[in-house]
Amino acid sequence: MTGLRYVYAVCRPFGTPLQSQLTGVAGDPPRALNHHGLVAVVSHVPERDFAEEPLRAHLEDLDWLTETARAHQGVIDALTTVTTPLPLRLGTVFRDDSGVRTMIEAREEDFRRTLERLEGRVEWGVKVYAESEPQESAQPAQKAATGRDYLRQRRMQTRSHEEMWQKAESFANRLHEKLSAFAEDSRLHPPQNPALSKATGRNVLNAAYLVSRAHSEEFVEMVDRTKGEVPGMRVELTGPWAAYSFAGEAT
Amino acid sequence: MTTPSRMPEPYGQGSGANLADILERVLDKGIVIAGDIRINLLDIELLTIKLRLIVASVDKAKEMGIDWWETDPALSSRARRDELTRENAELRERLARLEELEPSRAQEKEAP
Repeated sequence: MTGLRYVYAVCRPFGTPLQSQLTGVAGDPPRALNHHGLVAVVSHVPERDFAEEPLRAHLEDLDWLTETARAHQGVIDALTTVTTPLPLRLGTVFRDDSGVRTMIEAREEDFRRTLERLEGRVEWGVKVYAESEPQESAQPAQKAATGRDYLRQRRMQTRSHEEMWQKAESFANRLHEKLSAFAEDSRLHPPQNPALSKATGRNVLNAAYLVSRAHSEEFVEMVDRTKGEVPGMRVELTGPWAAYSFAGEAT
Repeated sequence: MTTPSRMPEPYGQGSGANLADILERVLDKGIVIAGDIRINLLDIELLTIKLRLIVASVDKAKEMGIDWWETDPALSSRARRDELTRENAELRERLARLEELEPSRAQEKEAP
């Protein structure tokens, strides 16, 4: 069969078949490639889109990238329901099956170690948004009559703004402390840009937590309880994800 | 289909998942492996950096770790406080100087 091999993840052998209607990147259903007791989940991708040059060009195209990223994530997501996958970054492409086998052999020890570490664990994403840019909209209702009035208003404005950020900061800190104490591991990610996430409010915490499946329910309840705890703070939970944020440091 | 036990329903994922969340993970996290199509080595790093410009603004992306928001005046009350305190002190000083120079006019202004 022609075409290149796109690799999504490396896993331990799993008994459960993947959903039959699952399609991967470029519409081809993913399949398992067994080698040395490990499984690479691969699919065929056409050379015209995934050879080095076209891939480079495509990666600059946000629409193409969106579609490909969703397909990639779709396969990882399906794998997460049946096993603990080690997710690869988008765009890992080999010429043929033997290239994939060579890669598995070269990284065998790493893969086993990391799979061991992540076995039975998933990643949860928690974000905190400060809902409003408060008092910015509630600008001085009346024009300051005197310099003293102006200063008084200015001081009040400053104070409420300050309180707002202090509140956001301490809420995010407290939440992160509590969740990372419960989780096995945690990572802080840079705040997301609203232009892409389309989320309102300012992202003041963007973190990932590694939690075992057995404790996930408890973790989710813990996050849910903090929702609405402090007015003006919005807590968002995403997951369960494959342990993307914790898969990297084995090397 | 077998689902691992006691696994809560997916939150904020599936088809409606936030694109920023997906790109953040699919591009930036997970393991990097040298495929034999070369793009996977350096170019994915470059792409990741480029996309990080979209996914997060660069100045914030540079700051990782627990205190990433502390140095940003837009996010940090401390940094903001410093700036506003300075501004406030300056204004107060200028006003005091003006009132000193023109006591009569300052008096006039204070009248309702």
